[in-house]
Amino acid sequence: MIEIRIHGRGGQGNVVAAYLLATAAFEAGLYCQAFPAFGAERRGAPVVAFVRIGKQKILRRNEVKEPAFLIIQDPTLLHEKGLTTGLMKGGGILVNTKLTSGDISAAHGEEMIALPATGMAVEAVGRPVPNVALLSAFLSLTGIVPHTALRKALSGRFKGEVLDKNLNLVEMAAKAVDKGLWKEVAHAASA
Amino acid sequence: MNAKHADRLAELRAKFDRPPSWKDDPKEDKERQTIRERQPRFRGLEAGHRACQGCGEALAARLVTEAAGPDVILTNATGCLEVFTTPWPQSAWRVPWMHSLFENSAAIASGVEAAMKAQGKSTKVIAMGGDGGTFDIGFQALSGMLERDHDVLYVCYDNEAYMNTGIQRSGSTPHAAMTTTSPPGKERMGKRHLKKDLLSIIAAHHIPYAASASVAYPRDVTRKVRRALSIEGPTFLLIHCPCPLGWGHDGARTIEVARLAVQTGLFPLVELERGAITGVMPIRDQKPITDYLGLQNRFRHLFAKNDHRAEEEREHLQAIADYNIAIYGLAADGDDPLDSEGADTVHRCAIVP
Amino acid sequence: MRQALEGSQAIAQAVSRCRPGVVAAYPITPQTHIVENISKLVADGDLKTELVSVESEFSAASVVLGSACAGSRSYTASSSQGIMLMSEVLYNISGLRVPVVLTCANRAVGAPLSIWNDHQDSMAVRDSGWIQLYCVDNQEAVDTTIQAFRISEETEIPVMVCMDGFILTHTLEVVDIPDQALVDKYLPPFAFKRILDPKQPISIGTLVAPDFFAEVRHSQHQAMLKSEKAIIEADRDWKKLTRRGYGGLLSEKGPKDAKVGVMTLGSIGGTLAEALDTQPPRRKTKLINLRCFRPLPVAAIQKACEGLTDLIVAERAISPGLGGIVGNEIRAALAGMKKAPKVHNVAVGLGGRDVPLETLNDLVDWAKTAPDTSFSVFDAKLDKLPKEDR
Repeated sequence: MIEIRIHGRGGQGNVVAAYLLATAAFEAGLYCQAFPAFGAERRGAPVVAFVRIGKQKILRRNEVKEPAFLIIQDPTLLHEKGLTTGLMKGGGILVNTKLTSGDISAAHGEEMIALPATGMAVEAVGRPVPNVALLSAFLSLTGIVPHTALRKALSGRFKGEVLDKNLNLVEMAAKAVDKGLWKEVAHAASA
Repeated sequence: MNAKHADRLAELRAKFDRPPSWKDDPKEDKERQTIRERQPRFRGLEAGHRACQGCGEALAARLVTEAAGPDVILTNATGCLEVFTTPWPQSAWRVPWMHSLFENSAAIASGVEAAMKAQGKSTKVIAMGGDGGTFDIGFQALSGMLERDHDVLYVCYDNEAYMNTGIQRSGSTPHAAMTTTSPPGKERMGKRHLKKDLLSIIAAHHIPYAASASVAYPRDVTRKVRRALSIEGPTFLLIHCPCPLGWGHDGARTIEVARLAVQTGLFPLVELERGAITGVMPIRDQKPITDYLGLQNRFRHLFAKNDHRAEEEREHLQAIADYNIAIYGLAADGDDPLDSEGADTVHRCAIVP
Repeated sequence: MRQALEGSQAIAQAVSRCRPGVVAAYPITPQTHIVENISKLVADGDLKTELVSVESEFSAASVVLGSACAGSRSYTASSSQGIMLMSEVLYNISGLRVPVVLTCANRAVGAPLSIWNDHQDSMAVRDSGWIQLYCVDNQEAVDTTIQAFRISEETEIPVMVCMDGFILTHTLEVVDIPDQALVDKYLPPFAFKRILDPKQPISIGTLVAPDFFAEVRHSQHQAMLKSEKAIIEADRDWKKLTRRGYGGLLSEKGPKDAKVGVMTLGSIGGTLAEALDTQPPRRKTKLINLRCFRPLPVAAIQKACEGLTDLIVAERAISPGLGGIVGNEIRAALAGMKKAPKVHNVAVGLGGRDVPLETLNDLVDWAKTAPDTSFSVFDAKLDKLPKEDR
């Protein structure tokens, strides 16, 4: 079972990102679980959501404390204390930022992969919502779920032009990172 | 009763396969029947219930159910009416009737009406409650029912206090009236506050029809019930019902007391459509409020000798009556060919020459 | 059809499959998504029902009481303060023996204000005369909702389906939503007989004097006891159709010769089940998931506790001044046993406190030395409190 923690701000589609990733896993024939860290936060406040993906039915209901991966939708959150706490040894961090992977890693003293997801979303969809681009890149990096499954998940949520634009965004973001870079980490985590 | 009504009743009787409650066989000995028995009518509330003698509420409920006919479902808030009509295993109701709680008659009726809609039935729903269950504790459910546009007639039997629990003040108790929780004394002259103007609040919901009525004018009550039931959507009827026990008057004088409440201007009879006044019962000969107050023990302290407070409160109540007459335009000078006093609420178009 | 659905969405689908005539609800966190999803189904024409958007939970419960009495299958949902506001009507619905189904998206009761999960709300109305079924996961919540209509209509006792707020309602996971044809086969049309009908007028909700009230309560209690059978059968028949069953009244997991038992209600059962698989305690331990809390299935509980020396009841509610609610009821339920286990009682996960996998081992270790009359708020960190409050 792979556990993922998604950090964002209220209004960025954090829960939607978690639900989309889990739905994609379901479309790929896996078991999944996605839930927000239940809070009473308003727009702009830091929020967290969790995803579990596994080959067997997932029984546990507790919060994800030791994720294999972190997806960070807003780089300003990196200044929050304890954001990467509990990350599995060798685990991956994917950050939505205009900086390069090298620069952002250097700035925070931790290995991170950068993706200009907001810019990509504005370009492809016309809205600054980074979640779909991040998920697409995440799937490229880990290979845990094929992109076709993410496309299916998206088609369950969007229709018509908006769907087409999002599918384009998936294509764009999938190519923007090193394919299979986190494959071994993912494999180790799911073992 | 006109021919049309007789036909309709016969039709309903056939439809509901109910034994007739009147003798319609011409061979029957009419001499031995009372006048009431000779009148063919539907009885929703049967005689033999346990109301006090002279109960205005029982009379009003009988009039409402007579006017409504058998194809109705009634919901009833907790209160006298519920208690005196249904001591298990008896029931005085000939129509389907349901009591749940004090404050949810309107919400239960909303549910019944929703079920009627869901089942494609046209049975009318009437919610009933006393002034406690309507003005006070059940007001939220009532407001919700009106706002959601349920096809329900809500009837409030207004006897101006919590009579079922032993005469405590309600939002409807008139100013200066004595109740067990608004007793007069050195520091108080009965209820300190005014009677809540519920009808205006109801009118503010802009429902199709809202009216006040009084058991002193039974024709007016039944006409208003029929008018309300002919409308699809929420309607409201406030019926003034004297309570001999709570008001402290002779049970034989219920109608007289109720009529004086109207004739003094203390309980104006009006009709409102979508929030606008469309009909009033004019007052030909306004009676001084002391005629009304004097018959009731609950106002006894207002007649105390050498108490300036009593005089002040009497003046206050007279001012309230005069105010009602002014704002509702109840005053009518002299006889009017279109109107015999108290026969009916007159539509304004009819009294304006 | 298997789908990845949010718990609330799944419940809305399940309710829709049961063809309710009337749905009335008032929004409250964390029940809101259920009402929203039902509203959407109605707006899209996928669910033909009279949806009454009431002005309070009090009216929500009243509306479904009225509509059920008028002959329509009726459903409502609420949480926490909403259940509290409904409580007067809840007693009324059960006292009048009217079939209604309610989803309780379990949440703590304030003060202090908490929107997070525990079982204080449903526990507070445990004496209201409703059948209470607690669900471990969203599939069980879906299946139990459908079963609930059948149980309620068969027994003329209202049923409260309890699912943990947020933990289940807001979790997306794989759920099989049964086909309409299958539900139609399982759940007959609403056929409640004592209804308001002008063709056969009856009076409902009359005044009962002291000469008969005790008999009414006696028969209500007997009906509750007898409903165990309907609950078991509803689950068994459902299993025949779908291959999914939940043990009827309760389920057990773990070695048969276990000496230690851990009893829970609701979603904690899932977390502890995984813990039992992945990090089993050194002392042989089994889990007892109490699905049916009302009626309290005393015989089934005693049977499940046979051979145990220690039973740990871990519950998500508290009765201040007494301790555990479930725990003390279980102590009473086991009192008639020849060799009753010691009952250790804790509250865990109050107000949404996370219950990690380690809880299972921690509880079993704690019970080794804990006296059998013990009660504690197990996961309270006492150093957060001033000394005098510890």
